[in-house]
Amino acid sequence: MSLDLVDLAVRLPPGAPLFPPLTLSVAAGQVTTVMGPSGVGKSTLLDAIAGLLAPTFALSGHINLNGVDIRPLPAEARRIGLMFQDPVLFPHLSVGDNLAFGLTPKIKGRAARRDAVAVALASAGLSGLQDRDPASLSGGQRSRAALMRTLLADPAALLLDEPFSKLDVALRDEMRRFTFLHVRERAIPALLVTHDPEDAAATSGPVVRLPAPQPPR
Amino acid sequence: MTMTRDGRALRAVVMVVLAIGLIGPIMAGLAQTGRAAFGIMPVLGAVEASLTPWRDLLTEPGLWTAVRLTLWTGLVSTALSLMLAVGFCAVTHARMTTTSAARWLAPFLAVPHAALAIGLAFVLTPSGWIARLLAPVIGLDRPPDLPIVNDPWGIALILGLMVKEVPFLLLVMLSALTQIPVRQHLAAGRALGYGRGLVWVKVIAPQVWPLIRLPVMVVLAYALSTVDMGVILGPSNPPVLAVMLTRLFSNPDTTRILVASAGALLQGGLVAGAFAALWFADRLMRNIGLWWLRRGGRGSSAEPLLRLASAAVIALFVLGALAMAALLIWSFAWRWPWPEALPQSWSLKAWASPTAGWLRALGNTVLLASATTALSLVLAIVWLEGEDRAQRGRAGWAEALIYLPLLVPQIGFLYGLNILFLRLGINGGYTAVIWAQSLFVFPYVMIALSDPWRALDPRLTRAAASLGAGPWRRLLAIKLPVLLMPILTAAAIGIAVSVAQYLPTLFMGAGRVATLTTEAVTLSSGSDRRVTGVYASLQAGLPLAAYVAAFAIPAVLHRNRAALKGSSA
Repeated sequence: MSLDLVDLAVRLPPGAPLFPPLTLSVAAGQVTTVMGPSGVGKSTLLDAIAGLLAPTFALSGHINLNGVDIRPLPAEARRIGLMFQDPVLFPHLSVGDNLAFGLTPKIKGRAARRDAVAVALASAGLSGLQDRDPASLSGGQRSRAALMRTLLADPAALLLDEPFSKLDVALRDEMRRFTFLHVRERAIPALLVTHDPEDAAATSGPVVRLPAPQPPR
Repeated sequence: MTMTRDGRALRAVVMVVLAIGLIGPIMAGLAQTGRAAFGIMPVLGAVEASLTPWRDLLTEPGLWTAVRLTLWTGLVSTALSLMLAVGFCAVTHARMTTTSAARWLAPFLAVPHAALAIGLAFVLTPSGWIARLLAPVIGLDRPPDLPIVNDPWGIALILGLMVKEVPFLLLVMLSALTQIPVRQHLAAGRALGYGRGLVWVKVIAPQVWPLIRLPVMVVLAYALSTVDMGVILGPSNPPVLAVMLTRLFSNPDTTRILVASAGALLQGGLVAGAFAALWFADRLMRNIGLWWLRRGGRGSSAEPLLRLASAAVIALFVLGALAMAALLIWSFAWRWPWPEALPQSWSLKAWASPTAGWLRALGNTVLLASATTALSLVLAIVWLEGEDRAQRGRAGWAEALIYLPLLVPQIGFLYGLNILFLRLGINGGYTAVIWAQSLFVFPYVMIALSDPWRALDPRLTRAAASLGAGPWRRLLAIKLPVLLMPILTAAAIGIAVSVAQYLPTLFMGAGRVATLTTEAVTLSSGSDRRVTGVYASLQAGLPLAAYVAAFAIPAVLHRNRAALKGSSA
């Protein structure tokens, strides 16, 4: 399993590309970090890969997941999980139902699905919080629940959009370990964008630096 | 991209429905009215174009008084409402959140014009509450012989319009103000030596104006062409133009319809003229305002004027509340001699005796309100979802399209549309009434739902998409439940608008579809106040119940969902 970007470039017509064409390959179980100053288009890059790019942007190059070009597919068919800066749990659903929403439809039957959610909650240290309002969880609990929800969807690759930046320092380290452990366990490729060098160091994977944008002439 | 193609299909569906269902009828109705105004109406055997209807209209007794009264009541009530609302906003804005204000304003927005007008008549009339309360103070031994309601100067009508329009303008202004950094601008202005009132007039109001221009035009168009309020509170002979025309349209002598059609065009001309005047006033104020602003005068304090405006607004609210209370009290009153402040004896007779009457009207009203609101809500949601999927904002012409039915005077096209429905064979039935009412329900539902829909956190749907949820699951499992509160609020507004409709029900129902509103307006002219009180109470109670439900249902369903509690009403 791998995620390959070939000459990927995004631009806002008629402007120049946000960053030079990007070519990189992320292997299964590996976390590759893309670093760059804010405003360079890191989140836009992830939007492009996830299929969430606004139609005003123009995209060129290829996005291959396990050798298949996923560019023609809509976001929901790409099997690419996305973690945001905020957990973005659905406010109208309980914690358990948030996970159940994410859980892949391949797991069938009420009991089997309930068990899958319970197992995921337990592995994130959230046992017994099934029926809780997501708003009543602590920041760390919410982040773990969001990661579990993403993983239950059975993604073939994971995109991480500075998911640790809003956590306080003590939690940040724990959440990094927790996230990277699950990436290795699942053996899926993961792409992390950040401006925090500590994030990059913690991945023990390759680091790609995007240059600062050219000042417009 | 598939998202865009899907969005295009939805948008195409919406456009077709709007063209056939909304724009088509209005244009066709206007065309029919226009033809009839120039003597062509084949159903009546009139096939030759002529100017006779216009000649007859000009010799119609009282026409010019009617026109003068229409302009006077419409312009004065709108201008005063606007000034009072600005003054009230300036004083209370810092102390009120939009959500809590919306809750306060809800009863006044919910109560139909006709019910409020009837209640006001009960309060203002010489034998009404105010006179009763004043009687011991100023020593009256019998009701004063003054034409307070239906006064020839239209004061009662202006008051009635203001009680309804000030809350509406306040709501619109408060929601516009959320888009402006009021606090910072106020602080900056005061630090430069301008008083609070002057900062509002010179800095805040010019920023608010473009955001509320369309709603003000809606208010103006309504005030110039109201029929039900005109009948109940307005001058009686001659009445305002729209009332005069309604009588002409309903005249047993069908040739009068041609005259009425010419009058309907005149009514349209009055509204168009008022819009033009508003446009010129806008231009003029902009130039004068800049000249005034550049002089940099800190002037005298506008504070007393602001206080006066707020006091007047509070007085209007009290008057409105008294009016609603009067409806309920009269419906339960039995013996209530003058000058007692409350009835001497109470009775359920008014509610119990002609039971079948109000039950049938209530049933019709509920049926029409549910059908029109459901239709409008579905269309609004499909429209907004289409915008989301096409990932494109709303064009200016589409926004104008939504407001169109609220800007064209009803009397200008409804009778013409009625003739069209007659030809289609649906006139006098529920389909025709539902269709005609929806023309006015849909715009309000759409306007109410648009802002909260766009304010929905886009990350929720993006998160859902990256979890594998397709567009329909995103709509049904995420958007609609999260937006439950604003959707139900829009539904309540739709119900209130439907319940309040008088002219569409009267014309399209051909007198056969009796609703609380048509019955209440008929009863208001003179018959038993107790029975009128029953109909008007129900008429006011139905939309109020809808508002309460819109507030209570999400509160119960989302009682354990803290993040949804603060969402906008």
